[in-house]
Amino acid sequence: MQVEILTPDKVLFSGEATSVKLPGSKGQFEVLSNHAPLVSSLDVGSVRVKTDTGDQNFNIKGGVVEITKDKVVVLA
Amino acid sequence: MANLKEVRVRITSVSSTQQITKAMKLVSATKLRKAQNAIVQMRPYADKLRSLLLNLADSMEGDSLAAYLNERPVNNVLLIVVTSDRGLCGGFNANVAKQTNILLKGKYAEQAAKGKVTILPIGKKGFEYFGRANAKMFTDYREAFQNLNAERGFAIAEWVLDAFRKKQFDAVEIVYNKFKNAGTQILTAEPFLPIDMKTLATSKVGKTKSDYIFEPGKTEILEELIPRILKTTLYRTLLDSHASEHGARMVAMDKATDNAGELLKTLRLQYNRARQAAITNEISEIVGGAAALG
Repeated sequence: MQVEILTPDKVLFSGEATSVKLPGSKGQFEVLSNHAPLVSSLDVGSVRVKTDTGDQNFNIKGGVVEITKDKVVVLA
Repeated sequence: MANLKEVRVRITSVSSTQQITKAMKLVSATKLRKAQNAIVQMRPYADKLRSLLLNLADSMEGDSLAAYLNERPVNNVLLIVVTSDRGLCGGFNANVAKQTNILLKGKYAEQAAKGKVTILPIGKKGFEYFGRANAKMFTDYREAFQNLNAERGFAIAEWVLDAFRKKQFDAVEIVYNKFKNAGTQILTAEPFLPIDMKTLATSKVGKTKSDYIFEPGKTEILEELIPRILKTTLYRTLLDSHASEHGARMVAMDKATDNAGELLKTLRLQYNRARQAAITNEISEIVGGAAALG
């Protein structure tokens, strides 16, 4: 699935991933592809993106995530 | 006829000034490109925020949001005045100051007379101008343009939102130069708070299909989203002003370089005329002397 992590300064990450772990405001959760459409607010924490070539971590200070069928957009 | 040496000295001084203005123009061109990039970089972020908001527009109510939405009788006013840190950019800063004064004498004259208008200068020039005018100021963020980034921009917005929530101010307005293109800035004064729902909900971004699950809930997400949009808006005005500044400076310096060129042309003409006159003079003296001897 397609993952984008956006900040006002720049695009932190944009590309294919197998799963994303997110610091939701009601607890951490992980998103795989074909997830139901969801909008959730995020807490301070780290976003972990799993890709075929390895994992990547991004620290965010809260935000919002929008999840559609095969796309995850994190607004940090 | 002007003295040869005098003209020569002026030529050197004008041409070194021209070199400086030319260099400043080039520097501004580079900085302008960088500033424009920053605007482009934040566009996807801002667009996404707005499209999310559109999906939530139908559930815009609740007490927490009322804090930003409701208009109340205007007692205290905050004017955010965005200028540059440096001069030599044409009418850039003077225009902002003028526009602010129009607001102070027109729309907010009543509040200004009671000393209830606070100015939040962003950029040193505005700070200096309103310092001389003895205006009531909050000066913590006057140097925001040194290393401007989202974090700094958001910090300013945070302070403004907080002060508005605490009812220190009942209306907040921003005066700044909106960026159109390198040659054009649009002087703008726009209300920042309270939010005008119409401008917020109408946007070019299309509404996406909205059968989302909202976690923890629509209101909570709105509470997160609205301040974020406001912060992004403020940061965007700062970026706009920053790009405008370099655009204005580039144009001003281009004109200055041209003018210096014109001036050099006339000075050189003057110099050559003076030189020729001196030579003619000398020849006629020699000829005259020779004739007297012969």
